[in-house]
Amino acid sequence: MAQRRTSTATAKDAATATPAAAPTKATSVKKTAEAVTAVRTSSRRAAARAVSSDAGGGANGVIPAVPVLKTYKLYIGGKFPRSESGRTYPVRGPKGEFLANAAQASRKDARDAVVAARKAFGGWAAATAYNRGQVIYRIAEMLQGRRAQFVELLVTAEGYPAKTAAAAVDASIDRLVHYAGWTDKIAQVFGSSNPVAGPFFSFSTPEPTGVVAAFAPQDDSLLGLVSVIAPIITSGNAAVVVTSETRPLPAVTLAEVLATSDLPGGIVNILTGSAAELGTHLATHADINALDLTGVDGELRTALARDAAGTVKRVYTPHRTPDFTRQPGTARLRAFLETKTVWHPTGAVSLAGGSGY
Amino acid sequence: MTLFRGDLAHRAGPDSAIGAIAMPCWCAQLHHICRVAALYDRGMGSPAPVALGDATSTRPPATSAASVAVPPRPVLPPHLAGVTADESALRRFLHGLPGVDPVGVESRAAALATRSIKKGSKLAALDLAISMVDLTTLEGADTPGKVKSLCAKARRPDPDDPSTPQVAAVCVYPDRVSIAAAELAGTGIGIASVATAFPSGRSSLSIKLADTRLAIESGATEVDMVIDRGTFLAGEYGRVFDEIAAIKAECGQTRLKVILETGELATYDNVRRASWLAMLAGADFIKTSTGKVSPAATLPVIHVMLQAVRDWRAATGRQVAVKPAGGIRTAKDAIRFLVAVHEVAGAEWLDPFYFRFGASSLLNDLIMQRRKQLSGHYWGPDYVTVA
Amino acid sequence: MADSTRALARRGATQGSSVTPGSVTPWEYAPAPESALIGRIKPRYRMFVGGRFVDGRGGDQATINPATESELAQVSWASADDVDDAVRAARRAYDTVWSKMSGLDRGKYLFRIARGIAERARELAVVETLDNGKPIKESRDADIPTAAAHFFYHAGWADKLEHAGFGPHPKALGVAGQVIPWNFPLLMAAWKIAPALAAGNTVVIKPAESTPLSILVLAEIMQDAGLPDGVVNIVTGAGDIGSYLVNHPGIDKVAFTGSTAVGKKIQQSLAGTGKKVTLELGGKAANIVFDDAPIDQAVEGIVNGIFFNQGHVCCAGSRLLVQESVEDEVISKLRDRIATLRLGDPMDKNTDIGAINSAEQLSKITELSAAGDAEGAHRWTSPCPVPDKGFFFPPTVFTDVSQSMRIAREEIFGPVLSVLTFRTPDEALAKANNTPYGLSAGIWTEKGSRILGMAGALRAGVVWANTFNRFDPTAAFGGYKESGFGREGGPSGLAAYLDTDSDTADEGAA
Repeated sequence: MAQRRTSTATAKDAATATPAAAPTKATSVKKTAEAVTAVRTSSRRAAARAVSSDAGGGANGVIPAVPVLKTYKLYIGGKFPRSESGRTYPVRGPKGEFLANAAQASRKDARDAVVAARKAFGGWAAATAYNRGQVIYRIAEMLQGRRAQFVELLVTAEGYPAKTAAAAVDASIDRLVHYAGWTDKIAQVFGSSNPVAGPFFSFSTPEPTGVVAAFAPQDDSLLGLVSVIAPIITSGNAAVVVTSETRPLPAVTLAEVLATSDLPGGIVNILTGSAAELGTHLATHADINALDLTGVDGELRTALARDAAGTVKRVYTPHRTPDFTRQPGTARLRAFLETKTVWHPTGAVSLAGGSGY
Repeated sequence: MTLFRGDLAHRAGPDSAIGAIAMPCWCAQLHHICRVAALYDRGMGSPAPVALGDATSTRPPATSAASVAVPPRPVLPPHLAGVTADESALRRFLHGLPGVDPVGVESRAAALATRSIKKGSKLAALDLAISMVDLTTLEGADTPGKVKSLCAKARRPDPDDPSTPQVAAVCVYPDRVSIAAAELAGTGIGIASVATAFPSGRSSLSIKLADTRLAIESGATEVDMVIDRGTFLAGEYGRVFDEIAAIKAECGQTRLKVILETGELATYDNVRRASWLAMLAGADFIKTSTGKVSPAATLPVIHVMLQAVRDWRAATGRQVAVKPAGGIRTAKDAIRFLVAVHEVAGAEWLDPFYFRFGASSLLNDLIMQRRKQLSGHYWGPDYVTVA
Repeated sequence: MADSTRALARRGATQGSSVTPGSVTPWEYAPAPESALIGRIKPRYRMFVGGRFVDGRGGDQATINPATESELAQVSWASADDVDDAVRAARRAYDTVWSKMSGLDRGKYLFRIARGIAERARELAVVETLDNGKPIKESRDADIPTAAAHFFYHAGWADKLEHAGFGPHPKALGVAGQVIPWNFPLLMAAWKIAPALAAGNTVVIKPAESTPLSILVLAEIMQDAGLPDGVVNIVTGAGDIGSYLVNHPGIDKVAFTGSTAVGKKIQQSLAGTGKKVTLELGGKAANIVFDDAPIDQAVEGIVNGIFFNQGHVCCAGSRLLVQESVEDEVISKLRDRIATLRLGDPMDKNTDIGAINSAEQLSKITELSAAGDAEGAHRWTSPCPVPDKGFFFPPTVFTDVSQSMRIAREEIFGPVLSVLTFRTPDEALAKANNTPYGLSAGIWTEKGSRILGMAGALRAGVVWANTFNRFDPTAAFGGYKESGFGREGGPSGLAAYLDTDSDTADEGAA
């Protein structure tokens, strides 16, 4: 833990750029609106200025300080490395304006992410359900704390109206709270004690599948992302997530939330870049147990599903375009569970009982 | 421990099986125990425990010249010698025996019971079973006439067919032994007598020894003693051991059957421990039951006891006999026991010297089934003689 | 005592004496064959499509008795056109009858089938043993009763699906295409058909080419039960027909039990179709024996684990992991026990190990065993006699096996046990999980906390502790990793045949 916390200094520093305490919805929306106006009227720099004046307490009439901008990096094993390839790509807003350079994850970054995920998986799967629930709830807390930042980001990156952006952030928080409460219900809802026809106690219990490579929705950069990640980690899996290629910024900022919310490093790894480029490496990677193909479609989806067969990976593909604003069912949760059945004899306690088996 | 590698045929034949001593792990552990015991004997640091069998206070007052001597300890192979050194060594050993999973042993017994014995095999099995019967009467109402009648039945189980084998022995109370001995003189049929305050075993050692002596002096060729289950369940294995050893000493060359009364031992683990305890103390036979307690001889219990004698032979080279008693009433049941003997202990136990059935009504069912095998049609009880 | 010797003289040579040892009676099991007539084997069998037995257009093929290598019957094989017909019949039955019927009534048909199997159990056991080569005692005591139990269990689900845990309105998928293996022909048919029908689907199923008979007897039972035409269709044939079936555009769901290699091909070919697939594939189960195990029962469990059904079991305990401190004792007892196994005529009620199902399988087992020799493992073979005719392989144990050898990694699917050792629970766990498979595992120890700890840490779908090879319709069965996905049995088995991904007030897809 200590190692992870020091490694996330960047994230903490970044966090101080926005109000630490959760602002009320009203102020947040208002401030975001300012930022939105700034984006719409001028440029990223103007937006940055507006945000910085929010955060810095304003400089009435004084020339504002030049804000410090964030370098968007990958999130692997609880750390924020650049791509080992050194590649970046420009991320643009809805109108084509430059927003930031994102790291373009490579095959080797994907490999590193899988190693980190596999390493973290055992401990997370073995953690008590109560503990996992608390951690996921903590993610919701952290997200709540950065609500304004995310609203702003969605307005910038997605071009959402402020209200829509706020609703998406709120729904993302709610989604995490929803799944935080699932961790200690899964075994009770999907497990069973089996009344077998013999002197045995048999029970079936769901367990996490392992390392899941998830392709986040391309167009729903926060709620879609959270809705994909949360069910995977709720049951104890570790995730390697390929973000929306064109809208990766909320994911990287979400990584900062994850890094500060007691989630063990490696449980969620976030790769920005091209699903088409990374996909086949992940889908053929023998140390990945399952794929979530939500964020890819068409031929790529089919190709990845085909690749997955090489090591009999479980593949989750939504049948229709998901509507993440609706309350989730259990299909995503169940997609990354394995049912384990355990048997043990239950002998008569005594010979004298005339066991009669 | 490369005992078994590269020796594919090490147990290919019955004879070599006796020679090949597989030392189970829990025997290996005993080396340690022995070493510890040796330290004790040298008085290193710890109070010397009282060796079992030397507890003279539990010895009966000498009632006859023959019984005065302290019973000789059964001679055990070196790797087992320390086991009976003291109460705690004995306890460690018995509790170090592998456990018995009840469901596993019961399902194995049930599966073996589906063996189908037909035609010539069946006839051979029926004859074998008849020759293994300890024809028994153990009633308060046993009169001399009843015992004589029983002996007549033992000699000629089926008067209509002289080719029917004799039974192995008759089994009676000590005070009826002399009658049986007179009736069976010269027949080769054994005379077994229960002894040691049968069936409860609740009396003093001196009474039990006297009981045993009465049986032997009256002509018993085999003694069926009961263990003190209460003492066993109280965990005082040393006292049970001493008692068995004392009775065995009293028996001398007379074969001793040790009745475990498995129905009162309550668990298969206890059956296994009691079997080993009895064998360590010198039992010639281990026997399930008195017939007065239910459950008596069940297939799973006999499996556990057969495993014990098989393992004992592997560990010591000595073959101990087994006797289920009580509750075996049909030929079908008896054949199932014989299948278990064959497949669990081995063919070497398919010998009236090494396996017996303690029974009374079983004999007539065996005879009826035997007649059916020979004649091709079923028989009724009116056609076979009651004892 | 001297008298006794005189008495002995009277006795026959085979009768022992109670007073002297050494007169052991030789013990032999006379042949106790079940009558082949009970199987009522017909000279020719036809496929079952649309409620009728029809000729296939794929020509006739012989199915043989692997214990004698002689022809048992001719079987009419399906062509691709026949599969089309069968899928059409299943679709029609789904649209017009089965999807409209109440769950309760669907259940009644399944109950009838369960009863029908029980009524013709002895016949089915004989058919199974003749066609498959498995010992009659196993088909009689395991395969057939468990098949009936599967129908009985799932019958009760048909009108209770909303309580199965997949939302308030679980729906059938439509037509299920199913392909089953030859190791448990009728039982696998039951595992596939019963949950499919209970969930409201109709079925096109292909039995293995070498074991088509028992499922065609089941077809008679379903016909006699009045099951509506087309609800279950049985197409016979080889892998090409299976491949055609699973890739058929007219089916909505694919269920396959068989080898991992074929399972991968199916998963590949169905990628992107959106069809629900469940796969039950191979395994290389570790059976772990700790030094505090109930040794005698562990030996039984090891024997049952690898020699049940000639080892033709995907969940067979083919890797014995034994703690070094009890290795000699366990191996010694194991060999003694294996030597008592009776190999031979599968129809004999006392046969423990029957025939290998096919010449092809026998050569595969032979080849892998030779690889064991070549890689330096130590082979021990049961001294049991092996029949001259028929496909038989004697029980075989390899010791000195290391994790890197083929016999420790590849599924042999035969009566061949590989023995590895370990020193600590950690090492046992590492070795047990060190395989791409993850179907089953066994643990033998009397320490409760270790059982639960190991059971939790083993990456396998079924963990048997102090027992092995137990199956029940109420208990989910299925694998981790390359042993497949999806479960059979229990509530989670129903999910394989239900559209659990929509209509759950979901995100529209989840």
